[in-house]
Amino acid sequence: MAEPTAASESAIPCTELVDHLFRHEFGRMVSHLTRILGARNLAIAEDAVQHAMLRALQHWPFHGTPNHPKAWLIQVAYHRALDVLKKDRRLDLYDDEAETALTRQIDPRQGRAPVHFTNEVADEQLALIFVCCHPALPRPASVALTLKVVCGFGVAEIARAFLSTEISINQRLVRAKRTIRDQNIRFEVPSPAQLPDRLEAVLDVLYLLFTEGYAATTGDHLIKDDLCAEAIRLTTALTENTATSQPEVHALLALMLFQAARLPARVDAAGDLLLLEEQDRTLWDRALIHRGLRHLAQAAHGDHLSTYHLQAELAAAHVTAECFALTDWDHILTLYNLLQQLQPTPVVLINRAIALGQVEGPAAALDALESIPYDNQSQRYRLRHAAEGEFHRQLGNLPQARTFFQRALSCAHSEPERRFLERKLKSLAHTPLIANKKNRINVSNLPDTNRLYE
Amino acid sequence: MPQFALLFSAPETWRDNLSPEEIQALIAKYVAWREGLIQRNIFRGSQKLVEGTGRRLRTQNGKVLITEGPFSESQEVLGGFFVIEVPTYEDAVEVARTSPNLVDGQLIEIRQLDFMVPPPTQN
Repeated sequence: MAEPTAASESAIPCTELVDHLFRHEFGRMVSHLTRILGARNLAIAEDAVQHAMLRALQHWPFHGTPNHPKAWLIQVAYHRALDVLKKDRRLDLYDDEAETALTRQIDPRQGRAPVHFTNEVADEQLALIFVCCHPALPRPASVALTLKVVCGFGVAEIARAFLSTEISINQRLVRAKRTIRDQNIRFEVPSPAQLPDRLEAVLDVLYLLFTEGYAATTGDHLIKDDLCAEAIRLTTALTENTATSQPEVHALLALMLFQAARLPARVDAAGDLLLLEEQDRTLWDRALIHRGLRHLAQAAHGDHLSTYHLQAELAAAHVTAECFALTDWDHILTLYNLLQQLQPTPVVLINRAIALGQVEGPAAALDALESIPYDNQSQRYRLRHAAEGEFHRQLGNLPQARTFFQRALSCAHSEPERRFLERKLKSLAHTPLIANKKNRINVSNLPDTNRLYE
Repeated sequence: MPQFALLFSAPETWRDNLSPEEIQALIAKYVAWREGLIQRNIFRGSQKLVEGTGRRLRTQNGKVLITEGPFSESQEVLGGFFVIEVPTYEDAVEVARTSPNLVDGQLIEIRQLDFMVPPPTQN
């Protein structure tokens, strides 16, 4: 349904700024300006919006919030962009086309927002996502650029989320914008012929965004929760557009929702990671799980089985189990067997081995783990070593268990992880030597965060 | 009742590198402070000054000299002012003390408005 935004805006009390209004408005305004100016002028659009927000910071404290904050912001941004374009008039790179388009857009009736329909806003945002997640850009650059221009994060916030420096994030952003300009990437939702490839890149980036937020490695927690929320918001936007509402988009959204549902239960009061089996399942967010199940149902169309489908199914198997003991490991193992054919990455193979341990016992799991080739990712070593330690413990091979837990500890990334492994090592001292070798009894698992299906 | 002008100055660079989220958080604080003044019925007006420019006029040997801003000798730039109506300087200080503007590098100067006697009636 099309509604002018100017009308819906009056619902916002003029003195109250809704949560994240500026952050979200940043993305909407950059999308809108980029549509007018062309993707080649993304940097000008971004500068104009930042400028408008700083103008608000200078003005509103003295004059109060305007009656239509969004309309005020976009008008200021229009005029800033126009000023910047006009400054280039004598230069070779002068973009008269952009200036004409912008001039046409600016409403002569000063201070009133042009009529702008909500479906148009949504389409503009999607088009900007497709620009930022173009396959010509390296994935890490796309992630940073999406956060900056679509989600309205500051460079310092992005650096905090990725444990990087502002300088290197800035370099990444500048290079990405140059590539967009040089490759003449267009501001549009791609045509049906191009859509599969382009969509794949977008989903990749959104999932990276989500996993970065979800991972319990170090980093600012508030920012990380925001990353998950943004990834869900943008993926939801993709499901709401007829062209992009593909089965694998619903599958990815379901996966994110299932994982996000477990966030509140992932750590205890002291901030220590909790095992899947230790988590208080009443803390899992039922509303998110139900939303996830609805999208999982919508994902079950077409004949393409994506890795997101399998990962969403896996996550669903965990979140729908009433308690840890009732987890359907046979089903989970079947899904991992399929997933390892599509995506035989070490992480998938390690997780498959863990599921195998639940079905066939620790000896089978250890066999499977030992057959996985080593690669250079210490992050995977710690998952692998922790699993090896755990299955040795279950077999009663305490010295081996200790060795592997210590190896995992030496490549642990975060404090909670370190404490988790230290707890494991300490518990070995109290484990009776007669181990219970039967299957599926009270098997301790890895911390939930390590069960990320990367 | 006496009125006071609260003059707000800030270094020109203090807003660099703020994210939209940070900008909104700052605006929310400032706007809430201003609303508080209005609710307590001590707010009498506020104006924002255009930054980065200005003119200074003075005479030297009978000639008018005009200097164009920005005036580099001062680190802080006068950004705007509020006028409040409270009984004493101490009350004005208390009001200014609660301003969210009062953070690192920012400056608030208070001056009492010197009215003609008798004072103009407030309405």
